[in-house]
This record gives sequence, C-alpha cells and structure tokens, in this order.
Amino acid sequence: MITSDILIIGAGPTGLFAVFEAGLLQLKCHLIDALPQPGGQLAELYPKKPIYDIPGYPEVLAGELVENLMEQIRPFQPGFTLGTRAETLEKQDDGTFIVTTADGTKHKAPVVAIAGGLGSFEPRKPQLPGLEAYEDKGVAYMVKDPEIYRGKRVLIAGGGDSALDWSIFLADIASELTLIHRRTEFRGALDSVEKVQELKDSGKIRLITPAEIVGLGGDGKVEFAEVQITGSEEAAERLEIDAFIPLFGLSPKLGPIGNWGLEIEKNAIRVDNTLDYQTNIPGVYAIGDVNTYPGKLKLILCGFHEATLMCQSAYQRIYPDKRYVMKYTTVGGITGFDGSRKEAPKAVVRSID
Amino acid sequence: MSEVKITITDREGTAHQVDAPTDMNMNLMELIRAYELAPEGTIGICGGMAMCASCQCYVKSEHPLPEKSDEEEAMLSEAFHVRDNSRLGCQIHLTDSLEGLEVEIAPES
Repeated sequence: MITSDILIIGAGPTGLFAVFEAGLLQLKCHLIDALPQPGGQLAELYPKKPIYDIPGYPEVLAGELVENLMEQIRPFQPGFTLGTRAETLEKQDDGTFIVTTADGTKHKAPVVAIAGGLGSFEPRKPQLPGLEAYEDKGVAYMVKDPEIYRGKRVLIAGGGDSALDWSIFLADIASELTLIHRRTEFRGALDSVEKVQELKDSGKIRLITPAEIVGLGGDGKVEFAEVQITGSEEAAERLEIDAFIPLFGLSPKLGPIGNWGLEIEKNAIRVDNTLDYQTNIPGVYAIGDVNTYPGKLKLILCGFHEATLMCQSAYQRIYPDKRYVMKYTTVGGITGFDGSRKEAPKAVVRSID
Repeated sequence: MSEVKITITDREGTAHQVDAPTDMNMNLMELIRAYELAPEGTIGICGGMAMCASCQCYVKSEHPLPEKSDEEEAMLSEAFHVRDNSRLGCQIHLTDSLEGLEVEIAPES
C-alpha cells in the first residue's frame, strides 16, 4: 500500500505542478500515470514542439517544460506509479480513498486529485478481422519485455517513431524482423530512419512498403499475416510469423475514471470552479484538461492555477483545525522533504561611514 | 466580418450547414468544435498539430484545397478509415474559396 497526502492521477504538467504547490504546504504527493514516463501529452505527443503561452517563458519546448517541472518538484520527493492505469476508486469508512492500478498496486490518500488530461493513452488498434482473438497470443500493442521476442519471427507495422525504434531494437533480438508500412516515407526522427535504412541494407530488417496487413491466421496463436502490397494486382502474400506488433500510436480515452461515479460532461469531469475544483465526490478534485466548468479553457497555465487552489482546499480538508495563510516563496523560501533549503539571500544591513 | 457556408455531416450522418468565419484564423477542426458537431474529447485531441487524426474528414465537394503537408500525409498514412478524399480538418484553413464546401467527419478511432 502506497500512502500519501494527495494522490494525483496523471503526471502531466498540471499534476506535476500540483506536487510543488502541495509541497509548499508540507503535503506529500504520489502520482499515477498510464504512460511509462512523466509529462503526459507533452512528453508523449509533442516533446519537440514549442509552447508560447507559459507565463514567463517567451518560448519553451514541451519536453523542456516537463524537465523543468520535474526539477522544480524534486525537493518534494513525489512518488510515481508509472506505466499502469488507475482502475478503481474506493472510499474507505475513515473518509480516505484507495485507488488501485491495473498492475494491482493500491494507493491510499485522504485526497485524490484527478489531473488526467484527455484520459489515459491507449494503443490504437488497426481494423483487422480476428485481431483481438490473438491479443497476448502473439499480438501485442506495446513492447513490455523485449526478451520474449528472442529468436522469434517478428512483424511490426507502423510508420512512426515507435515502429522505427522497436524495429531497430528488436532487429538484434528477433530471428527475423519485418517492418511494414503503408507508405515508403516514415514519420520519425531522422537518425532512426537512417538506422532502419542501414539495417535494411545489411539484411537485418526486411522492409515491405507500401503495404498493408489484411489478415491474420493461426491455430490458438498468431502464425501468419497476409500482406497486401499497395497498388499491386497480385493476391496478398502470406508471411509466417510468431509475433505481430502493430504500432499505430496512442489515443487518449477517459477510461475507468468515467465509471467512478463522477459527474461527466463532454468527456470531462464537472467541477466546482467557484471554489476549489472539487468534484461531486467530496475529497476528489479534478484539475487541468480533464475537468470542465463554464468558460473552461484547456490551457497549461489554467491547469497550474487550478492545481494551486486545489492544494489549498486539500490542506483545509486534511487539517480542518489548523489555521494557515498562504506564504510567498520569496518570503518563505522552499524547504524540501529531502532536507534541501532554498531561500532569498538576506539583504545586507550595514552602516555607511 | 466575412463568412462562408460549409456543410458538415456529423458522425451520425446528419448534415449541418454552418457559417464559417474566414477572418478568425480558424481551421475546419476548430469550426466543427465551435459548432459542437462532434463531442469534446473526440475531435482535435492534439490541438491541431496533425498528430492524432481525430479530426479526419472526407471532402465530398470539388473545392480546390491546399496540398497536404508532409505531416498531414504521414498522419493520414497511419490513421484508420482513410479514403482517397480524407483530409485532416485541422490542416484546412478556412478561406473565402471554401464557400459551399461539403465534408463528412470520419468515424472515431
């Protein structure tokens, strides 16, 4: 059981900044995210894209903003449960909540802040008859343990970075690696494209483009794929394989959060924006892109604001009897849970002769 | 204020004729969102960076449209339900030349 003061679901910019604001109030946070790394959309979809509307930054790359946020919250030692989705929310008799992730980890906290953005990123599955029947029987939408492909005949489909990167990585592990893409052009980092070209030239990767997989077959597990060369008159060719990894990107889905008894409107969680971004379940807040209220804007800077107000409310909820007033960081500095201390240098008071 | 009329068929098959402003630096994806012709969270997920294909549309009229950029071409090559007349709504800038444009929003995937 992982315990914290605030359990944050979603490690995007809003969730990460909430750790900072909570830290100023000496509240400890733990974050859950379905993606394997923190940063949410910024890290997953567009790490190299510039953002122009973060106050104080005329321009910042999405990936850089995530790095900066991670640096900013480091003194507050957030815990992370990554690569697994929050599945259930249960309210305990003592008023605390237990959130269980898909991998079975239980997280307990008196306050839950859902900073889930557009939802959890789920792999996009190609429209292939019979595909789902072979899931975990040779078909996987993400590579969890590359070793299971050792000595196997692996087929990868897709034209983006993950298709390129895994083709490169698995070329050394698999006995045969085939990469199929609908076009001859790939959409990925230039050095990955060049590396695949090299591996193709040296015979380590078999590249079939432009082509599509039109069928799968096998008895109890995937044993072959039918490959249709685009524009060819000839019938689809049968390719013997042990594993098929379709990598067509990720698409966000609200997922299990939608069944937690929260008020859902327009694929988002309805919150009280007049006060503290609390949902219809007291103690459960929703901040950032995942929430909705009249006039809502899905902007990172709005998420930061919402995170800040949420933390103040969470503090009151956890310590109803404590008196507290907000303190500026320029005055109070930052005292990390790791013992670190940052503060403004003291002005020198000295008489002038 | 300048406007053109655009007919958008939603994912349920209902056609809507809407006034599309051409002086607000808007694109077709944003127009669909502005008129709420597809539920929030099912369109324009990447915000208009040609990175998710949630705004894929089929162009049903013969209007001359700007060529696809490499990014759009690449995204459409990975998307599902793609047809010859598929375009990403976020890459279609609303201009006066689009008067009478007819599009259909592609299924969610």
